[in-house]
Amino acid sequence: MAAIATLKDLYETLSPGLPGAGAAGLDRLRADGYARFLADGIPTPKVEGWKYTNLRDLAGVSLAPAQGTVDTAANTDFDVPSVAPGETHRLVFVDGAFNAALSAVGPLPQGVTLDSLRDLIEASPAYAAEVLDRFPAPKADTGLRVGPNPGRGQSGGLVGLNGAFLAEGAVLTVGEGVKLAQPVEIVFIATAADGAWHPRLLIDVAAGAEVTVAEHHVARGGGATFANIVSGVRVGEGAILRHAKFQEEAETALHLASVTATVAASATYETFVLTTGGRLARTDVQVRLEGSGASTRVSGAYGVDGSRHADFTSLIDHVAANCTSREVVKGVIDGRGRAVFQGKIIVRPDAQKTDGHQLNRALLLSDTAEIDAKPELEIYADDVKCSHGATAGELDEEALFYLRARGIPADTARALLIAAFLDEVAEEIGDKRLRGYAMARIQERIGRLTGITVDTDATVLGE
Amino acid sequence: MLEIKNLHATIDGKEILKGINLTINPGEVHAIMGPNGSGKSTLSYVLSGRDGYEVTEGSVTFQGKDLLAMEAEERAAEGVFLAFQYPVEIPGVSNTTFLKTALNAVRKHKGLPELDAMQFLKLIRAKAKALNMNDDMIKRAVNVGFSGGEKKRNDILQMAMLEPGFAILDETDSGLDIDALKLVADGVNSLRSPERSMLVITHYQRLLSYIVPDHVHVLAYGKIVRSGGKELALELEAKGYAEFGSPEAA
Repeated sequence: MAAIATLKDLYETLSPGLPGAGAAGLDRLRADGYARFLADGIPTPKVEGWKYTNLRDLAGVSLAPAQGTVDTAANTDFDVPSVAPGETHRLVFVDGAFNAALSAVGPLPQGVTLDSLRDLIEASPAYAAEVLDRFPAPKADTGLRVGPNPGRGQSGGLVGLNGAFLAEGAVLTVGEGVKLAQPVEIVFIATAADGAWHPRLLIDVAAGAEVTVAEHHVARGGGATFANIVSGVRVGEGAILRHAKFQEEAETALHLASVTATVAASATYETFVLTTGGRLARTDVQVRLEGSGASTRVSGAYGVDGSRHADFTSLIDHVAANCTSREVVKGVIDGRGRAVFQGKIIVRPDAQKTDGHQLNRALLLSDTAEIDAKPELEIYADDVKCSHGATAGELDEEALFYLRARGIPADTARALLIAAFLDEVAEEIGDKRLRGYAMARIQERIGRLTGITVDTDATVLGE
Repeated sequence: MLEIKNLHATIDGKEILKGINLTINPGEVHAIMGPNGSGKSTLSYVLSGRDGYEVTEGSVTFQGKDLLAMEAEERAAEGVFLAFQYPVEIPGVSNTTFLKTALNAVRKHKGLPELDAMQFLKLIRAKAKALNMNDDMIKRAVNVGFSGGEKKRNDILQMAMLEPGFAILDETDSGLDIDALKLVADGVNSLRSPERSMLVITHYQRLLSYIVPDHVHVLAYGKIVRSGGKELALELEAKGYAEFGSPEAA
């Protein structure tokens, strides 16, 4: 495979120049990543978890970290997205590279750190390696029934690729009991015509702490870029992490992300993913509920049209007893767009009193729109409550006529119903700021899809 | 105001309306009664512009305009209102969003300025109060979790907001207990005016004790077979529809 030969050159050329090169910990992490990439390669549809998402497009894409095309120090002219402008701590990355000028981290409470990974490595490679090692890599093992070769396939190659070029990213640690009032934002802005970035995002929330994190991926003139993001999340005992990702890149971009989260006893991990950009976008979320009483909410909304492709893949692993999980993923598919939903819930033998719920709904706006949905429940405990549902359908004709019979033009009626369909997912978001932003972005996207601006502001009566 | 001439309509190739003639003058309330399957609901859908019905013959003129040439939303904007037999539940769309969008679309069509949030709020609160509907009901998603009576009241609220020139009430009594029926009928009666006409479609006489019509028509097998005053409803209640024959005879 030509891409790998090129990558070998790239790896050999670039790695000596990466921050912390020569430091044992980082060299090891990068070598491991590179080895994993060589072993697993880019996933192909032959791999179970990638049956419906074909990465053949990657063959023509440069995997090399993008070289900044803008003077990142001087250029602060970007419209930087924010869930609460001026009221967040933010790290901004332009074409994958940390941009200090655009970033703004206010005074942080004792026990909280928020750093660019590059800064952290440059300050202390040993400490950076130690932090990186805290986070388990995503596992290929997506169930107890996995065959004789559980280490292979899945997303290993992509995670390996990310590791081989480990340099950029963000590290957030919230110390025990600290409740951070202001959201933390991690913003990726694409300006380049092409090029790849492989950021690592690490969020470590200690026992009893609470934090809200918004992750943005947007294009400001960016083109066929390739983002390959690997995130590690740890939520300590009784802690709460509310995490939302807004993926709104250019329609020519490739976006592949895997998130691995571990949730301790009585802790809560909420994650929401909005996918409206990219010609191909996949988010792979793995949540392990490791302590009794842990809970997670995984939700996603997507919109694809043209011949674009969105994939939401999740694994919720109930390891401990008394845990709850709730997953709601909904999307709108138009044109020849295609969406994939793969959602697996595992309930391990010790995970008694599990309460797991999963719902996946797709709205198909054209005859050529397509959804592949694969819900899976793997249950090994006997005292559990688990349910899943999947539907795919068109807009409700009855509802459409009802709206039109009240004078609402057909296209506005359609836009209203689409917004309503997606707003229901946004309702899953616990944090008000994240929820409001999600709804606004959904409405903006529907506006571009239908040409209609709908105002679904239900707060007209005042709360 | 509304003139229906020799209206024939089919659905899936099957003729349901077989030559309806009906003239409704401003301020008049007409009732159409008839057995199940006589074409009552088809008539209401054909008048309101629902897809799936084909008019094969005849005409409908509303305030001098060709109603059948208009889309459903145009008819609504021109002042035709259908109160649904089964109002539709629309999860995720609040009543306020729905009504504000509808009202402003209709106002725009009439060349009136759109209402802002505060003006709208004031208006809807006043209208809702008259129908004994609280803030919670107007904030909730359209008809979701509403009882049968609440759904009908919600439809009447929409009518009160949109102030149509002509309203069709399709089996408004279905699924209502007597208290809910009275409440809905009071709402409808308060909207009666010399400028507003209504067509009340019902199977039973019961509703017509509360919404008293000026004229009653019997629809059977796609045709109006008899017309009379409000006393005709009582006669039908006593004798049933048997005398109006079978589909073969029609």
